[in-house]
Amino acid sequence: MFELQKVDKIFPGVHALKAVDFEIKRGEIVGLVGENGAGKSTLMKVIYGAYQHDGGQVFVDGKTVRFHNPRQAMDMGVGMVFQEQSLIPNLTVMENIFLGFEKQFVNFGVIDWKKMAEAARHQLKKVKLDISPSTTTSQLSFAQRQLVELAKVLTLEERVQGDLVILLDEPTSVLAKDEIKLLFELVRDLRSRASFIFVSHRLDEVIDLSDRIYVLKDGEVVDVVNADEADVDSIQREMVGRNINKEYYREEQQKPYDDTKVLLELESVGNSGKYRDISLKLHAGEVLCLVGTEGSGREAILRTIYGLQRPESGSVSIKGQALKGFSAKCGVEKGVAYVPRERKIEGIVGGMTVFENMTLSQMGNYSRAGVLDVRHERALAREWIEKLSIKASSENADCGNLSGGNQQKVVLAKWRSGGSDIILLDHPTRGLDIGAKEDVYDMVRDMSAAGIGIILVADTLEEAIGLSHTIAVVKDGEIQKWFDCKPGCKPSLYDLIHYMI
Amino acid sequence: MSQVMSRENLQKWAPVLVLIALILFFSIANPNFMSVRNFARIAMAATPALMISIGITFIIIMGSIDLSMEGAVAVCAVVFATLFLSLGGALDSWAWVALPATLVVGACFGLVNGLVHVKLKIPSFMASLSMGFVGIGLSLLMTGGDRIRVEDPLFRSLLTERVLNFPLMVYFAGLALLVAWFIQSRTRIGRNFYAVGGGEELAHASGLNVNRVRVLGFMIAGAFYALGALFAVARIGIAETATGYNLMFISITSVVVGGTALWGGTGGVWNSLVGVLIVNVIANGMIVIGLPRYVQDGVLGVLVILAVYLSTDRKSLAFVK
Repeated sequence: MFELQKVDKIFPGVHALKAVDFEIKRGEIVGLVGENGAGKSTLMKVIYGAYQHDGGQVFVDGKTVRFHNPRQAMDMGVGMVFQEQSLIPNLTVMENIFLGFEKQFVNFGVIDWKKMAEAARHQLKKVKLDISPSTTTSQLSFAQRQLVELAKVLTLEERVQGDLVILLDEPTSVLAKDEIKLLFELVRDLRSRASFIFVSHRLDEVIDLSDRIYVLKDGEVVDVVNADEADVDSIQREMVGRNINKEYYREEQQKPYDDTKVLLELESVGNSGKYRDISLKLHAGEVLCLVGTEGSGREAILRTIYGLQRPESGSVSIKGQALKGFSAKCGVEKGVAYVPRERKIEGIVGGMTVFENMTLSQMGNYSRAGVLDVRHERALAREWIEKLSIKASSENADCGNLSGGNQQKVVLAKWRSGGSDIILLDHPTRGLDIGAKEDVYDMVRDMSAAGIGIILVADTLEEAIGLSHTIAVVKDGEIQKWFDCKPGCKPSLYDLIHYMI
Repeated sequence: MSQVMSRENLQKWAPVLVLIALILFFSIANPNFMSVRNFARIAMAATPALMISIGITFIIIMGSIDLSMEGAVAVCAVVFATLFLSLGGALDSWAWVALPATLVVGACFGLVNGLVHVKLKIPSFMASLSMGFVGIGLSLLMTGGDRIRVEDPLFRSLLTERVLNFPLMVYFAGLALLVAWFIQSRTRIGRNFYAVGGGEELAHASGLNVNRVRVLGFMIAGAFYALGALFAVARIGIAETATGYNLMFISITSVVVGGTALWGGTGGVWNSLVGVLIVNVIANGMIVIGLPRYVQDGVLGVLVILAVYLSTDRKSLAFVK
């Protein structure tokens, strides 16, 4: 019913989609996977009308169509549930659901709120969300917002005659395990009314939910597999175009840490409402992983160590010296580095070049009396581009144009070149494809071999177990349990989850 | 890639192309326009505005805005004239002290402006607008509404002495521009302006003292406003509250027309130079071809709208506030 034939999309200098054939049948759930930059988002944008294709044809029910904007796509039943939450936080749920389509509730220019609330309640029922339509959106949890987004797209059902195609872009990335399960059940229920295109980095989820899976690589569809015949390894191989190293987490490179040298020590540190009585020691060369559910207090602990948040009780000491001032500046001077999860917000400055980003936190080392030594800066950037094999045209390239993995490398280069020896990694592999993830794992091992202490909040439990020397399970702001993770006798997923929930 | 390069380059060089096109247009409309005498006139008229534009460029790169320049210039001009006359009124005596003192006054004015913005957490737009009014009031208080004449021949030689047909002040302005360029491209504080404008959160997380950068930015801007005030006084030989008149619109117009984005992170002082020249070429050209004064203001307004329209990548910007 919805079909793309030989669709091409060309940007200046990039052939983003090459003769892509794509088909979705009534009530089908189609998975779409590929590395970052493989063309997934371009393909989706063509489907929901944000981009126009340059070659080939798009069919809806056998008729050729061309969407000039997302509104036209919606009128033909194609809707998008956005990865970045696209709801406006200061509006109510019902206003968000009917944003841009209020006309049906308007009499002589006045909105009939009762009628709108009634209609919104009907939509919320479809996604089994039991909240008042007049709730302000910012009060909802991430999972609830995701469902409201879905409800918003499902309004197409009433507006459009014919079938619906709904795109789900990474809908699970902000959800917890049981929330994902609920979402999947819901999607399966809804397939009587709509077809879905499901995009995710998590291959097991894609295989679990989809009927068929399109594998995209370099702008081409390299394979279409039925989900019941698919397995994670073979899809990964097709996405990356090579075998994934069996030793994914580089366990064979895990060396014991130096337990005589304490880099960082927390003594019964507490902050009301966030965490309490946290004590830990980080040694040179150690990878210490904080494991816990979203909101368990992991992030708050990281922020305290970095100096963004002053603890109310207890003491923090770095290399034997108790910390008195709490500010990011203080942390940086003591050799603490923070690699945040939101690369775009707190990781790199887009628009500034690679070398400018690298020296941003340490301009004092590259200037005398406030005057910068640019030649010295460039030399440093070239050295680290080489060392970490950063894919950038030169040290003058705009950091905003690099891929996610390479941006992450620039962030790490920034801190390591500045001599930081306590590195806080907050979801360092979030949103990265497999190849780039492996690069990050290599860097973690390199750093720990060089005697750097790392505190990690990992993206998945497997990653936490694979990478760390020590695991602290955090629940409700308290450390529940410590695990020793020597290679060969690592704890299992089950061991950890037991203490997490 | 060549396509991308050419489009990017086009956007980068568009202000210069516009400037050249304008010069050609006015030259064809009236051959008198294309003369060294007239160019000298344009350069002279542009000098104070260039200083103000350089100052505000730094603020705009940070993603803030400063609307205090008219007040700052008035205060600086009046303080300079008062001090200069009370110290003897001649540059070859102790009265030269008034020159650096004025720069300090400008920087202090910027310091207060910056502190009000950062410490009281008032948006830069409102803080600086209010400080501008404070400045106007202060200068009125000092002069009582009178004009102060500065007639020292050595000081006025900034205007009267010509080298290669251009008055001396044009060369000093060129020097100040080079200093500004140095600050922008070769100093920590210059780099920090771009970092704050490009990603404030990140700059903070990298250990940058963002508030300090902000305040320093306003101080540097204040010092350049003071330079602008000095040139303005040298040009007409009078210091008064109205010395700063109309400089706010002219300078912000110039910065924007020159291609520095209002949301920060891009652009620079060379852009502002081109912008100032465009604005002044238009003003001068319209006089040369005989259009009345009130048409000029209208044309400048349209120009700003046009410049912002052309410089914005509207694809990435769905809505603006």
